[in-house]
Amino acid sequence: MAVRTARFALSCLVCVALSLAGALSAVAAELRIGLAADVTSLDPHFLNVAPNNDAAWHIFDALVHVDANARLIPGLAVSWRAINPTTWEFKLRKGVKFHDGSDFTAEDVIFSLERPATLAASPGPFSGFVKAIVAKKIIDPWTLQLKTAVPYAMLPYDLDSIFIVSKKAAAGASTEDFNSGKAAIGTGPYKLLRFARGDRIELARNDAYWGGKSPWDKVTLRILPADTARIAALLAGDVDAIESIPTADLTRLKANPNFRLEQKVSWRTMLLHMDQYRDHPPHLADKAGKPLAKNPFKDARVRLAISKAINRKAIVERVMEGNAIAAGNLVSPPVFGHVAALKAESYDPQAAKQLLAAAGFPDGFALTLDAPNDRYVNDEQIAQAVAQMLARIGIRIKVETMPASVYFAKARAGDFSFALLGWGSFSGDLALRALVATQNAATGYGAWNWGHYSNPKLDALLEQDFATLNDDKREALACEAATLALKDTPVILLHHQLASWAMKKSLTYAARTDEYTFARDFRPR
Amino acid sequence: MAAFVIRRLLQSVLVLWLMSLLVFVGVYAIGNPVDILINPQADQADIARAIAALGLDQPLWQQYLTFLRQALLGDLGKSFAYNIPALQLILERMPATLELALAAAAVAVLLGIPLGLWAGLAPDSWAGKLIMSGSILGFSLPTFWVGLLLIMLFAVELGWLPSGGRGPTSLLLGIPVSFLSWEGIRHLILPATNLALFKLSLIIRLTQAGTREALLQDYVKFARAKGLSNARVVGVHVLKNILIPIVTVIGLEFGSVIAFAIVTESIFGWPGMGKLIIDSINVLDRPVIVAYLLIVVSLFILINLAVDIVYSLLDPRVRLGGATD
Amino acid sequence: MEREPTPLQRLVADFARSRLALAGLALLALILLAAVFAPLIAPQNPYDLAQLDVLDGRLPPGSKSGNGLTFWLGSDDQGRDILSGIFYGLRISLLVGVVSTLCALAIGLAAGLCAAYFGGRTDSVIMRLVDIQLSFPSILIALILLALLGQGVDKTIFALIMVQWAYYARTVRATALIERGKEYIEAAMCLALPPARIVLRHLLPNCLPPLIVVATVQVAAAIALEATLSYLGIGVPITEPSLGLLIKNGFDYMLAGQYWISFYPGVALLLTIVAINLVADRLRDVLNPRLQQ
Repeated sequence: MAVRTARFALSCLVCVALSLAGALSAVAAELRIGLAADVTSLDPHFLNVAPNNDAAWHIFDALVHVDANARLIPGLAVSWRAINPTTWEFKLRKGVKFHDGSDFTAEDVIFSLERPATLAASPGPFSGFVKAIVAKKIIDPWTLQLKTAVPYAMLPYDLDSIFIVSKKAAAGASTEDFNSGKAAIGTGPYKLLRFARGDRIELARNDAYWGGKSPWDKVTLRILPADTARIAALLAGDVDAIESIPTADLTRLKANPNFRLEQKVSWRTMLLHMDQYRDHPPHLADKAGKPLAKNPFKDARVRLAISKAINRKAIVERVMEGNAIAAGNLVSPPVFGHVAALKAESYDPQAAKQLLAAAGFPDGFALTLDAPNDRYVNDEQIAQAVAQMLARIGIRIKVETMPASVYFAKARAGDFSFALLGWGSFSGDLALRALVATQNAATGYGAWNWGHYSNPKLDALLEQDFATLNDDKREALACEAATLALKDTPVILLHHQLASWAMKKSLTYAARTDEYTFARDFRPR
Repeated sequence: MAAFVIRRLLQSVLVLWLMSLLVFVGVYAIGNPVDILINPQADQADIARAIAALGLDQPLWQQYLTFLRQALLGDLGKSFAYNIPALQLILERMPATLELALAAAAVAVLLGIPLGLWAGLAPDSWAGKLIMSGSILGFSLPTFWVGLLLIMLFAVELGWLPSGGRGPTSLLLGIPVSFLSWEGIRHLILPATNLALFKLSLIIRLTQAGTREALLQDYVKFARAKGLSNARVVGVHVLKNILIPIVTVIGLEFGSVIAFAIVTESIFGWPGMGKLIIDSINVLDRPVIVAYLLIVVSLFILINLAVDIVYSLLDPRVRLGGATD
Repeated sequence: MEREPTPLQRLVADFARSRLALAGLALLALILLAAVFAPLIAPQNPYDLAQLDVLDGRLPPGSKSGNGLTFWLGSDDQGRDILSGIFYGLRISLLVGVVSTLCALAIGLAAGLCAAYFGGRTDSVIMRLVDIQLSFPSILIALILLALLGQGVDKTIFALIMVQWAYYARTVRATALIERGKEYIEAAMCLALPPARIVLRHLLPNCLPPLIVVATVQVAAAIALEATLSYLGIGVPITEPSLGLLIKNGFDYMLAGQYWISFYPGVALLLTIVAINLVADRLRDVLNPRLQQ
């Protein structure tokens, strides 16, 4: 009798223990991600840098989202259209609740659109994304009209960058209130539990999320900027997934049966700017050091020769270890405005030499190539490889690399004549406007056109493009503009890099072109 | 003594002022944070607006005067990147760095002085030679490389210790510390070793050299002749005599450990001031850089003051503040 | 009658009594030869990008390059022969280490002796400058110089001098203060000898021994510091790598198993510094009259 009771008690105990274990494993669905850069603040309207935005996307939503291919999809707005050339109407999603249980309304949108301008004292403000809006009108709680001064096609793109905060929670809130969680009330897939600056961000699932329930009850974003530390943390099992894998380590991780790698072509394109505006650009001379009679970069044949001298396949396969694709466009393949017909320039050093000779530089010339050394994937190595290749057609290059803190100030001051830049854009026309349109402070064109390439036809085409509110027509114009401009070799296109994530074998990730790391896109297998 | 300390503190004010001026001019020469942090889609007007909003478009002297006025009221400005007071940001990170620096200094001193004494007392023995040759290793390899080797060996290959980060903290007298738990100590071992290595070698070598010198001095011979025990000769006469250069160096090095744990902190992801300053320098976050350097220079001044006072206690022949006043 | 050996002969004989030091000297001689004659013995000019091919990148030791050159110690990411890189890198590293240490030592000695001898206001001014210098991060100094002057080995040396002189100044002052209080200096001052003579003839020689210890360590430290600046991206130019920069470049490939890019330059650096210190240790001993009894 006693034995039976004991056995019964034991089996009960086992049952309880098993069900407890089951419950525990369900409760303990935790995801730990190692991020590659520090998040300085959780105020989503303060500093517009990728690490901060990445964290903000976990807590907040925007009216417009982008999908894994960097194309616009509905977010808190279910649809949008231009009702006349200068008025956009946004239909808001119904039934969405903030983390504190209050309803999401058009009032919150208006508040969120106005807040960035109050936080202008930031080295990377969000105010640029709302400056086109001259008037806002609430038609009904779920309909909002935004007016612009001139027809402006990019408004939905701009609104992807403005996070919607709760007016109730964020009115008068400081950055500290967001960091402490008091004001960090969004509609996003996770609620903020704790922000330990420089160390980690702890999040809990928002069960009421409109976009579907995340598989993770708890998410910890750990800040692990040192590459070795991040990889070591994954290998040691301290985190479940990491972003931004150095190319050197990809091969090894691919071969490791305990881990999975997810990759996707990134929106970032590597390119070289050439000084096409000064007669005597800095550091440019003949091989004896005497100044040249004319600036070779002003001759399109020289620019094409340089492009032909670059063996993109070698850069992709050796320097990038296969984690890039050769570029023939300013934007990568999934992005709006990519022209499939534009192929990467083929490697042809013989033709390059002939072009140089035809342009009057049979003996080549000498110059300095500048590149940052802490900004892009393998930036220093890319610059050296380019210098090697150009040496083979008689262009002698000195490579100078420096940290981004020095680099961009010098670039803006016009200290470089040949310089490396990495660029990510939502759309081809935006990239054209920033990189190769004629510099014009009044219109905002050519802000990153370091080489001052100028083509009035392109500028006119772009103006027409940005005023075209129909997406299909606009994409046709953007493609036409890209084809027109790239014919001239205004910049030397190198490659589009691949973005990489590594994770435990038991996880999958929907890799994104915009390089963001979102906990909700990790799934158990 | 009191007059000496007061004079020194007055000089410090001048030093702080000069320091802030130097940093201002230096950072101005490098560039501005907007160029680094502005969103790529921004146009020229956006950039100009951001620069103006931060006051970076004003002439340097005007920016400096604004800073000085606020600094005199105790406000060192808000961080450009974090948007919270720079001082708060630094003080928040300080305990982590102090903990790491103290751990490293303790390792260096507690191992360095005995090993150095041993090597100095028996310079021709096997042990002595081994210690001296081994100490060369400590400073011949760059810190970042040794750090990586430590991570590869102990975290990745053997899996004994964590690869980086700081362990769980608990409050001690209101200060978050991590060395009270085993997990915290495990996180501390690798970075502290990495940081201590160079100082350890230096202290071993200084102690060894000083000991050999001292053993030949007349007073040591005299003490021996008087029949004092070897332990007493070494412990009192030798040690006391060699301590002055060692104290100088320890003082110097402790300061530099605090200030420049930069490399170790970034390799091991240790969330301290060194990590903060390198991040801030990378984006030219001037308020943080200025506040950080003002704090570090104050630390140096205090340490040097302490070192000078220790001198005068160790050796009465040294008069505080030099001889002519 | 046996002739009395000259001081130099005695020094050499003393030095040679330590076999370890002799081995160090031989090693140092080899290293110096390799550095001086690098262009003659290196299979490749690693600083000429035209001779490199990225397709030869990261080949393991013993591999052959596209044009038949054997990489005995492997190649780096740009197809640079590691062996040649080490020969050339030695030159840069030794140049940077020795020149910056000597200059910093000279400045530090002058500043430290002046501070200790004159005391008072001179002392205060110099020592407060030292405080400022010591708390100024080397990375910030190097960045400012990079922004103002551009990149180059000479700029790196300049940055290292700026960083290091204060160490010497403080160490010298500490020692000189003690010496200054001793009877022989007071006697010299009573004789009303000129200050320059007292400082140079009496104070300086007696301050040197501890300084030599610090200086030999600092040559190594200067080389390592240069490597650290390279690690932070503000050292010597990327196309003219020093040993430190070679180590740093290979650092990225360590976890990936391509150890040779970083490992062999690391060994070369280690051997160099060990050799310098073995020789310097012995020299210090034989030069110190009190240890020769």
